[in-house]
Amino acid sequence: MGHVVIDVMLKPEILDPQGQAVNGALPRLGFEQFTDVRQGKRFVLSVDGEVTAEVLAAAREAAEKLLSNPVIEDVVSVRAQHADEQDPDQ
Amino acid sequence: MKVGVVTFPGSLDDRDAARAVRAVGGEAVSLWHGDADLRGVDAVILPGGFSYGDYLRCGAIARFAPVMGEIIERSRGGMPVLGICNGFQVLCESHLLPGALIRNDHRKFNCVDTRLRVENAGTAWTSDFEAGQEVTVVLKNGEGGFVADQRTLDELEGEGRVVFRYVVPDGGKNPNGSYRDIAGIANDRGNIVGLMPHPEHCVEEGYGPSLDGLPFFTSVLKQVVSA
Repeated sequence: MGHVVIDVMLKPEILDPQGQAVNGALPRLGFEQFTDVRQGKRFVLSVDGEVTAEVLAAAREAAEKLLSNPVIEDVVSVRAQHADEQDPDQ
Repeated sequence: MKVGVVTFPGSLDDRDAARAVRAVGGEAVSLWHGDADLRGVDAVILPGGFSYGDYLRCGAIARFAPVMGEIIERSRGGMPVLGICNGFQVLCESHLLPGALIRNDHRKFNCVDTRLRVENAGTAWTSDFEAGQEVTVVLKNGEGGFVADQRTLDELEGEGRVVFRYVVPDGGKNPNGSYRDIAGIANDRGNIVGLMPHPEHCVEEGYGPSLDGLPFFTSVLKQVVSA
């Protein structure tokens, strides 16, 4: 079974209240060195068999059409999961 | 005078929207998200709530519900459509209206009476208001911050498509971080309107801060009669 990993982030100019909340909590735990936090989304799409060029093309289309909203978000990467990455089914 | 009200999984305010339609003498027709059938309605309301649990993004999954295909097509042909709160989010996700709604800048859920200024009394849903009129309508949202890029905001303002603005006291902030205090917008034709506040909760004595929601529903009935 193959997996496609899709990362989506809010556009830099869009306010990220969730990231700000996390950023506000870090210093309370002693993490003083981080100046900003932006929170995004990762999708892992599974297919039977290999991740072919066609599968990646379909994943890109799904990412643009449903998984992200182009008004506020960027699809920052669509890629096959590396063999040494953890399989989400295990 | 049939006004359809769509029920998605997770819609909350569909009953109130239907009640508001009936309060002004219209016939409310329930539309089911899974049926690609508008049952002969003349206008449609997309109600408030949390369709599909707000999963992925608010309105993102509802936008692809079977009922939406015909709503999108007929609204492009001029059918009046009003999106309230989650309905506004669905309209933005459908790209029938520009921009998007994101989490409130202060990160808290809001449940407040809000003062709004009517900026455009020429839409299908606001013709019974007067431009510049101020009204009080309830607002309840967690992700109601209206955002768009500068060019889109300039276009909306330049074309008179900002329909409602939050009235903000000097030095104050609007209730959700919306850019340029925008509470509601319309498409260029004025038949599609979306707003975060809830006019359907302001149509009966004893149930809200005002009766200022009534003109939304009387306006569209006139549209439908004259159409």
